[in-house]
Amino acid sequence: MNQNPTPQTGHDTGDYVTVNIGPSHPAMHGTLRVVALTDGESLKKVDPEIGYLHRGVEKLGESLTYHQFIPITDRLNYCSAIPNNVSYEMAVEKLMGIEVPEKAQLIRVIMMELARIADHQVCIGILGVDLGAFTPFFYLIIQREEIYEIFEWFNGARLTNTFGRIGGVDADLPDDFDERWEELKPNVRKANEETEKLLTHNRIWMDRTIGVSAFSAEDALNWGFTGPCLRACGVKRDLRIDEPYCMYDKFKFEVPVGKNGDVFDRYIVRMIEMEESIKIIDQAYKLYKEMPADAPLMARVPKVIKPPAGEVYSALESPNGELGFFVKSDGSANPYRIRIRPPCYMIYQAFPELVEGELIADLVACLSSLNVIAGELDR
Amino acid sequence: MDLKKRVEQCLGPENFVVAMIECQGDLSVEVPKRSVVDVMRLLRDTPDLGFNFLSDLFGVDNLDLNKPKKKPKKKTEEGEGAEAEEEPKEKGPLPPRYEVVYLLLCLERNERLQVKVRVDENDMEVDTLTPVWKAADWPEREVFDMYGIRFKGHPNLKRLLMWDDFPAHPLRKDYPLEGQGEERHLIYDD
Repeated sequence: MNQNPTPQTGHDTGDYVTVNIGPSHPAMHGTLRVVALTDGESLKKVDPEIGYLHRGVEKLGESLTYHQFIPITDRLNYCSAIPNNVSYEMAVEKLMGIEVPEKAQLIRVIMMELARIADHQVCIGILGVDLGAFTPFFYLIIQREEIYEIFEWFNGARLTNTFGRIGGVDADLPDDFDERWEELKPNVRKANEETEKLLTHNRIWMDRTIGVSAFSAEDALNWGFTGPCLRACGVKRDLRIDEPYCMYDKFKFEVPVGKNGDVFDRYIVRMIEMEESIKIIDQAYKLYKEMPADAPLMARVPKVIKPPAGEVYSALESPNGELGFFVKSDGSANPYRIRIRPPCYMIYQAFPELVEGELIADLVACLSSLNVIAGELDR
Repeated sequence: MDLKKRVEQCLGPENFVVAMIECQGDLSVEVPKRSVVDVMRLLRDTPDLGFNFLSDLFGVDNLDLNKPKKKPKKKTEEGEGAEAEEEPKEKGPLPPRYEVVYLLLCLERNERLQVKVRVDENDMEVDTLTPVWKAADWPEREVFDMYGIRFKGHPNLKRLLMWDDFPAHPLRKDYPLEGQGEERHLIYDD
């Protein structure tokens, strides 16, 4: 990484000012850095710099066994670790040709959708904070904490869940999941309602978000967008429907689609997705209840995981978009190569194109709405 | 018609197919390095293939796979590969050390295809894919960062995750896991 990043020319002539934002800045979500060349308030050139949270996850994976890598995947998107775990497990299961029992798949669906709600709540809450709307953050973050309570009560960890094992899940849902969920559901809905009341038709909110960093569908596809950011541009693509995994084809739910691909559309798409996730959990839990109590949770998996030599790619719809794992095996107990395809990596590389010409304050809004998580960006 | 036949039909006449492998339903096709951009344009623009989305791009180092079986590895006592190489390697010249893998996706039919090029240690240059898909920008920088493979024509081929004057390429198999004691010295010139 360069000490003297590229936007320099205007600085020399005195016309433009180079502004360094981050990496230690509350609005830069941890460890992102942007060097912006500004003309007054507007952005002339933007140069994002990443790598401040690079921990060499892919290299680490080559020295660990297949099961030991699951806790590492927690540290990718730390706002919702469960889809990371499941995505990795699915890749190894695909490599080994393991069929996961239906009950385990349903538990995965329930947990992944809870994680999706929590992730969207954080994203929207922080988006509000970054734009100066502090109240919705509290409404949402309280409910997100309740969801983390469920995770904690399921396996003892709030954030780094290490959920599931290769071939299934390690534990059944506790008996009183029903009560917990029925108690949580109206609260989540109420928090979303309050948030919508405070934000959606708020004049200031609309001015700050509508039309900001709008993106066309072609550009989004060209840049490799997936997830809510792509759907906000008007492309109806959701791996849960297009390439169903984990019995998602059994559930009825809508895929919300935006129109302009701006910050407002990304916000609305996420709001609606939370409601759809609630519906999915209800349906999945109903199916789960119909399963016999002693249905298996794990497929027959050897004690030492040694997939046959080969390479597969498997992806699922994480809260941010397509989260894929490419696993290459040489037949030994350690993966030969693990490649993670994080959704926000592709999205964030289009950042200059998204914000150039906008105002500095809109850079913050755009960044929050993309939900860039440094953990999965830098790996 | 299944995907394999369609890909063969599309790339076959131009002699673009070096090998085709199927693993658990994932089709991967190896193509010659010099024609990778042509292949991508063909795959994207042929109507019955229509791979219009670049999902990912990354490198693989095959150093350990290419090693002869009997040669003991350095880290055998840590269980890294006492019985790792089971594939019998045919005698003769070793296959090129590096691979660059492109994951393509057809949004209309939800089909995926892996395209692979092999990169020899003595010729570490691949044509850039950025004119075809902008999404190739950062992944190519990362491959350069991690493996040292250069992408000809890339608009901004800098290191992505490591700092600029980092002396090595960390995802290579001969780079130690614990690093080589590199330190970053911040120099502030104002």
